[in-house]
Order: sequence, then structure tokens, then C-alpha cells
Amino acid sequence: MTSYRLSKGGRIDRAKPLDFSFDGKPMQGFAGDTLASALLANGRQLVGRSFKYHRPRGILTAGAAEPNALVTIGEGGRTEANTRATLVELYSGLTAKSQNRWPSVDFDLGAVNSLLSPFLSAGFYYKTFMWPAAFWEKVYEPIIRKAAGLGRATYQPDPDSYEKCWAHCDLLVIGAGPSGLAAALTAGRAGARVILADEGFEPGGSLLSETAPVVGKSAGDLLAQTLAELSDMPNVRIFSRTTVFGWYDGNVFGAVESVQKNTATVNPNRPVERIWRIAAKQAILASGAEERPLVFGGNDIPGVMMAGAMRSYLNRQAVAPGKSTIIFTNDASGYATAADLEAAGLDVAVIIDSRPDAARTWSGKARILPGAVVVDANGGRHVKGVTILNNGRPETISADALGMSGGWSPIIHLACHRGAKPAWSDAKAAFLAPEIQEGLTMAGAAAGIGSIDACLADGAEKAASALQAFGYSNVIAAFATAKDTATVSKPLWRIHGSKGKAFVDYQNDVHLKDLGLAVSEGYGHVELAKRYTTNGMATDQGKLSNINAIGILAEARKVSPADVGTTTFRPFYTPLSFGALTGASKGKHFQPVRKSPLHDWAKKNGAVFVETGLWYRSSWFPKTGETTWRESVDREVLNVRKNAGICDVSTLGKIEIFGKDAAEFLNRIYCNAFLKLPVGKARYGLMLREDGMIYDDGTTSRLGETHFFMTTTTAYAAGVMNHLEFCAQALWPDLDVQFASSTDQWAQIAVAGPKSRVILQTLVDEDISDAAFPFLGAKEVSLCGGKLTGRLFRISFSGELAYELAVPAGYGEAIADAIIEAGAPHGICPYGVEALGVMRIEKGHVTHSEINGTVIPSDLGFAKMVSAAKPDFIGKAMLSREGLVADDRLSLVGVKPLDPATTFKTGSHILSDGAVPSLENDQGYVSSSCYSPNLGSTIGLALVKHGPKRHGEHVTVWNDLKNEYTKAVLCSPVFFDPENGKLHG
Amino acid sequence: MASLIACPHCGPRPKEEFTVRGDAGITRPAPDAGEDAWYAYVYLRDNPRGRHREHWHHTSGCRRWLVVERDTMTHTIYTVADASAEGETA
Ligand SMILES: [Zn+2]
Repeated sequence: MTSYRLSKGGRIDRAKPLDFSFDGKPMQGFAGDTLASALLANGRQLVGRSFKYHRPRGILTAGAAEPNALVTIGEGGRTEANTRATLVELYSGLTAKSQNRWPSVDFDLGAVNSLLSPFLSAGFYYKTFMWPAAFWEKVYEPIIRKAAGLGRATYQPDPDSYEKCWAHCDLLVIGAGPSGLAAALTAGRAGARVILADEGFEPGGSLLSETAPVVGKSAGDLLAQTLAELSDMPNVRIFSRTTVFGWYDGNVFGAVESVQKNTATVNPNRPVERIWRIAAKQAILASGAEERPLVFGGNDIPGVMMAGAMRSYLNRQAVAPGKSTIIFTNDASGYATAADLEAAGLDVAVIIDSRPDAARTWSGKARILPGAVVVDANGGRHVKGVTILNNGRPETISADALGMSGGWSPIIHLACHRGAKPAWSDAKAAFLAPEIQEGLTMAGAAAGIGSIDACLADGAEKAASALQAFGYSNVIAAFATAKDTATVSKPLWRIHGSKGKAFVDYQNDVHLKDLGLAVSEGYGHVELAKRYTTNGMATDQGKLSNINAIGILAEARKVSPADVGTTTFRPFYTPLSFGALTGASKGKHFQPVRKSPLHDWAKKNGAVFVETGLWYRSSWFPKTGETTWRESVDREVLNVRKNAGICDVSTLGKIEIFGKDAAEFLNRIYCNAFLKLPVGKARYGLMLREDGMIYDDGTTSRLGETHFFMTTTTAYAAGVMNHLEFCAQALWPDLDVQFASSTDQWAQIAVAGPKSRVILQTLVDEDISDAAFPFLGAKEVSLCGGKLTGRLFRISFSGELAYELAVPAGYGEAIADAIIEAGAPHGICPYGVEALGVMRIEKGHVTHSEINGTVIPSDLGFAKMVSAAKPDFIGKAMLSREGLVADDRLSLVGVKPLDPATTFKTGSHILSDGAVPSLENDQGYVSSSCYSPNLGSTIGLALVKHGPKRHGEHVTVWNDLKNEYTKAVLCSPVFFDPENGKLHG
Repeated sequence: MASLIACPHCGPRPKEEFTVRGDAGITRPAPDAGEDAWYAYVYLRDNPRGRHREHWHHTSGCRRWLVVERDTMTHTIYTVADASAEGETA
């Protein structure tokens, strides 16, 4: 006989049957069932195989601590492995599968591991598989991984969405059992903003399964009344299906809410899970207590269950554990289960109470065996009975269910997330967290209180004093003071003389002998024992096993549990799904996309885009008939140098700088002089780090006496802004200077090439002849007959006669169109960043390929830019360091192959002609390279020892990745138009 | 680090809005202070357990640089001040 559903009773809704399946077999449950209770109701007790020994395992608990009933829920991308059946709310269409079994959970070949158990004892990883070393990776680990394990994750994408939210409250109450409800009611009545969070789908905690009267009423009535009152309060929010998983600094709590995990028809417009970050002025931890298993042989056989869980399934879901039940207890709660079983008309075969002076108040039918213990549970895939020691005499008793209770451990996990150490209390026979910490108070069973009336009183009282502490006066506790009538028994950590394996950590298959071995081999310290045996290291984090393990270690070491202490509690309290942690940050939402105001313009002109950081930049603009990117880029380069081209440079960082000390500020920021930059002029600036290395470069223009406009490289736009703000606010707060980033406010367009002036002049109202607007001119201009004002800069990255025109972002596309139209008769073409790169290499202009964090101005030929006259600027002091003035520093030089038919790649190293590759022979490396259509060969920029002195020297360019050696010659980095005739044209 | 930082300009805000820079206890030396002073300023940092004053930038907020004094072990934040006002209060 197995577990089954009773014909009446429970809180389930028998009018709402729900169809589901387990391992493909159709089953039926009711609304109000968990998957676990529905499985039990269908007589399914064997639901999984254990991690190491593949032992048959059944449902042990009715809550978050469940170590055995881990199942895989859902199909396809919704597959969720290792889900605790005890927390899954049953829904119509749910599909569940058992794990870690082959071919089936009932007949599992992996169970052969049980025969190997002598080799799988504590520390087996360290002992058995040590030699030969190569065997670990190739032989042992794959076999172990195959034989041991949990569910398998899916490779398919999760189709559902998740979100993250903030919530704020005066009082967060964690747990909606008696003390949590009392706390919420007290605070709610006082008008405080309350959040009451509970992991279950139905608030109530132990009230849901309590049959005895509570404060003189039925538990069900009390619960209904309390929930009705709380629901009517606008200042109280009840978060059901919400697990508070972590307590963090600033009294912020992490919680995960299951929004649509209870349905097979997911609404795609809502998340399935939601992560809450709850900022609470004060919190009450009313997380209750966990019943401890008893450690005897075969305590893992399906049909053996926690007595409290048995009671919960009986009273909430009308599930009978079997036909005849044995209760093995060390505590009063075993009797409550026995009484309820008998009240439901079920047979209780015997109550085995390890306490010699047990239970004088029992008035039920079952006989009691005081001072007796279960030594072994008997059975294979289901419990058939027990072998007991009754005052020294062995005896066997038959039954098909066994409920055990070893007393209760307060659930203090969350209270210890921020470093508090639990302390052992002899009076409570439990580890307790500090009752009051800043921001968090323990209440009810979590604080070691036993009886429900006392829990109600404690929750109410704790809420009242918490509220008073932050200013609420006249808070009235919702429940009157009550004495804790529960008694605490001396813990029974282990049973002596078991034949079978007595499990301590069910999920990791750690049994009694493993812990004994750990102690005898010198790993008796609680942290060492944990790692040596893996006790408490499974996905349940030892919720059921840790306290028993500590007790067993204490007994073996002949000390108190206080001396053993606990391992460290860390978030998360229960496992979180990756989906919830990821939230909305996936796919296109993983990171924002930045599009230039000219993105659509580039798109309609056929641009191929490249991602640079968050930006999408136009790379090249293929024309019909062009089959390779090089064809397009070569054409664009040649056309710009011959006619003209237009390029989107809007992604450059742009910073408006204002203030009467703006010039002085820039003078300190750049290594070159800016104090006397005239209004209407642009200047190339080099910004150093404090260690002397170049940080960024760009042009800065003076648009007015107290107004500058800085451009940065695309990549360093944000960093430069932060840097400027730091210098202005923290280093020199006395300077009057302010910044505004305007990167997104301006569309900026480069127009380059010999015909750029004549093209632009058709749009610009002012005269832009060389005389009126010479190289490095910068000013506001009127456009299109006064219709628009823009900013025009005569600056050039390509080395051509060139301009950059900035217009308000919204006008970018129209202006770019107008330039194309005006330029059409002159042969203008759009060009992308690839052509831009080729032209800048041809001119020896550097980018962050050269400014790579290891170069100082003189390395790049900028020695003369470094002002000797300025008393101070960022980077000045350290530039004179020995290593930075050494004459063999890697310095900028050009490099090209001797045979134009050969090529080399960026990153290749430079060797002296004929030298073998070695660290000593390394002369430097190629920092940038490209094919130059103007020179008809590959060209490169390189950083080479004594570079500028070695023009004309033959070298070898060596690429070890491809084993390529290219004969090359070092040369000036300016390959094209070294006289700058075109620039000034 | 604390989950919330009380920006003197914006009020308590989540830490994700801020960027830490490091030790605020160092002062930029005079240009002629010498190699040792500059070496210490650029490279040497204390890594105390306990109270520590650091520069934090309210990057996704008011964009002010702040001096945050916090406990590196308990993560308690003691004071938050605008970096430009530090000179007056320190
Ligand atoms: Zn702020």
C-alpha cells in the first residue's frame, strides 16, 4: 500500500481537478495541491534517485528544504531542472520528470553505485582518483559525472521574460505564518507601509495544517479573518509565491516572485518571475523552523517522511501517507501527527519515542514505546516496516509509512547573511541568530518559540517595538502576550547500531559513517568536514542536514554543538533561476544600442555597419557590382583623395565646456597649451594620465571667450567626461568650469577631399575660402540661407582639405542629403570608418591602436607638443621618470613590405633583418596596418625601438600565429602627401 | 558595498548608479613635490579593513564626485559629502 487521497477534508478544491503527468504517466490532482501532494495522492512516492548511490528516494518534506523530490518541470525551452516538487503549485498541463535515473526511476542501472559504496566514502575524490593524474580528466571525472548528478539543463532558449523591480516599505515581514501574520497585522493597523512576503502560494504557514485551537479559535478561521483584514488595508501588500532569498547592506532584501510558474499557458506580456529588491526600514524574520530528520538506517527509503510534512499533506491536501503509519519521535510534534492521522480514521501502528519519560498526555489509540528507537527502516523501493530497539530488545514492526521528528531548528539563514554568527542555545537545543540586529528582528519559531499562541504574541510584540523605534507611537500589538507552552527535548543526533546507511545529507548522499570518517581522519572542524564529506553542499545547502551534522560531529568530538559552530550562511536562501537573475538583460536588451543621428541616412545609402562598443558605425558603402569589402573601401579612399567624400563622425564624444576658468582648466587637462587658443580656432589636444601615458586625443575649439567645444575619441567619450568632472570637482573645485555632454545632440559630418570646399560653400552662407576660413578654423555658421545654424570646423583626419560640420541631431539626415546632392556633380561619395582608417594610416595619424596605454607623447612624435612652459598639467610630473625618457622606447615609425605583393598583419612583431624570433631580438610591433590603394601595397604603423632613427632599415615582420616572415622596410609614418599640400589646399 | 548611497544632491540611490574610484585620502602633490611624493600619489594605496574614505562618482545621477566614508568590512556608510566641499569639512 502507498499514499493516497482521502475522500474528504483538506484545503484542496475538489471541484477543480487538474491534469498533469509524471514521467509521461497522466495523473490528476486538485487546485490547492503542490506537485508533491498530487504525486502522493496518486500513490507515487518514489520520485527520484539519489546523487551518488542512486538510491530510490521519496518525498521527505512539504517545503523549501526538500532534498529528494527534485524533478524536471516543463518542456523544450521551458525545461527547469532540479525543481523541488514540494514548492511547485500544481497546474493543469504540468509535465514533470524524475532525474538521475536510467532507464527509469523504478529500475535504475546506476544503483550499481551502491555496490561501489566502499569506494565512494567521504573524501573519495581526494583518495581514490589521485593517480595517474591524466586519468582524472579522461577517465574518472566523466564516469563520475555520468553516474552522479541531477537534472539536465536544456540547450534551447527560454521563451519567457523576467523582470526586476524595487519595492519600499517601513516593515518587511518575511514569512506569513502565525508570527509573520501577527506582525503584519500589528504594523498594518498602525498605518505603516508593510510588505508581507511568503514563499507559498497560500499564506498561513503552520496555520494551514493546524487542527488544534489557536487563541481560542480554529486556526482556519483565524487565518481567514487575518488575511481578510490585511487585504483590506491599502498600506499592506501581500507577496505570495515570493521567497526572500538574501539580506544585503542598507537593509535591502532580495526576493523572487513566481508570477506565472503556476500555469502552462504563459501570458507573453507578463514576466514568469520577478526579482524584487525591497528597501525596508525594518524587517521581521518570521521564517519558522525546520523539523530535523532522525539519523537511522534506511531513513531515506520512500515512505519515510518528516512527521510535520505528513501532517501538512494530511490536513492541507487530504493525503494519507499509507494504510498504517509508524511515528518515530523525539519531540511532541510526532504526537500531533499521530493524533491527526487517527482523527482522519487512519491507523497509527506505534509511536516510538526515544525519550524514556515520554508522552504521558497521549490519549489516542496508538501504543507508545518510550525509550525505544528505530534502528533501521526496512524495505527497498518502499518502506515495509522497521527494526526497533525497545529497551535493548530488537523487534520488528510492519507498516507502510514512517513519520519522524527529531525536534525543530529555527530557520535563521537570512539573519546570518551579513556576518552575524549563530549561537547555540542549550535551553532551546538550537542555534539561534541574534534576536535583534540593526534592521532585522527575529520572531516566532525562527526565534526559537514553539507554541502557535506564543508565536502570534511574539510577532505582534516585535512589530510593535520595531515601529516604535522609528517613530510610530501608540502601536497596539494585535495579539495578547502568551506563554510558550512547547517543551524542548534533548536532541537525538544519531541512532547507534544501524545496519543500513543512515543518511545525514540526503541530497549529497552523506551518511553517518562519512562524518565519522571525517573526524577520525582529522577533518572534524565543521568547515573541513563540510568539504571533506560534501555535507551541506548540495542545492538545498544543508537545510535539513547541517544541524544534525553539527550534532554528530559534536558527539564524535565529545564537545557541545556550541564548540563545533556552524558553517557560513550565504545568499541565496534557495536556488534562483538564471532567468530571474538575468531579468530583462538578454538578447537585444543585453546592452543598449547607440545609433548615430545619421544612422538612417547611412542605411539608405547602403552602409554596412560595424559594432564599436555600443555604437553602430557605417563601415563601408558597397556599390552594385562590388563583391568584396576591399573593393568598396579602395574606391572610397581613391574617390575622397580625387574628388570628395562624406563620412558620419557623430559618434565622437562631444563635450561643451563653459566657465571663466575654462581655458585655464583645459590648460591643465591637456599636455599642450590651450590658454591662449584664440576664439574661432580649433586645436589638436593630447590628454595624459597622471602617470604620463597618453589617455586620449581630439580637437578642442574655442567658440567663445568662456565656451569651448571638446571632441574625444568614440571609445573614451564617457571616460573623458568622468575624468574632466573629477579634475574640476575634486582636484580644482576653485576653478569656474562646467561641462555638458552633447554627443547625442549633434550630428557631425566630415566632408573631405579637394572638392569639399566648393561643395560645402553651396550650403554655408558665410565665405569659407582659405583666406576667410583657414586650416583649424572653428565657428558657428549659418546654413541654407539662414534656415539653420551649425558649427563648422576645418580639421582633417584624412589629410585632405576637409571640414567637419555639426548640426543639431534632428537635422543631420537632411543636411547629409543636401551635401550629397550638392556634391553629386563633383563626384562625392559616402565613405565609412574603414576608408577613414586607411586614410589616417596613410597620413600617419594615430588612434587608440597606437595610444594603447603604454605610450607617452614623444613615442608618437609629439614631444614638441608637451609644454615646458606650463607649471602643471595632468601627467607632467611623471613624464620625467627614467623609463619614460629612455632613448630605446618603442616609437612610432612607418613600415611597408619590400615586395608590394607581400603583406603583413597588425600585431606582427618587428625583428632586425635576419634575426631569429626571441624576446631579446624583439624590436617592436605593428600597431595598425591596411592596404593603401594610393601606394599600391600594404602599409603599417609600428612602435619600434629607436623607430624614428631607423627609417630605411630593412627588417623582418614576423607573425608567429601564421608562421609568416615578411621582408619590410621602416620609413616615415607619413606615407602620403608628407608636405601637407592637400590639407592646406 | 552598501546597496544604497545617500547622495547629498539626489538622496538615497542604488549603488549601481555610482562608480568607485578609490582612496580619497590622497592629495595631488605640487608639480615639484618630487619623485617620491608623486610615486606615492599615483601608485600607492592603503587597503584598510574598517573605515575608509573613497571617491565615488554619481555617474548615472547628478554626476557629482562624492567622498564616501564607509567600513570596508561591514559596508556601513558613515558619511557622504560632495568632493568639492571636502576641503571645508575634512
Ligand atoms: Zn547625486
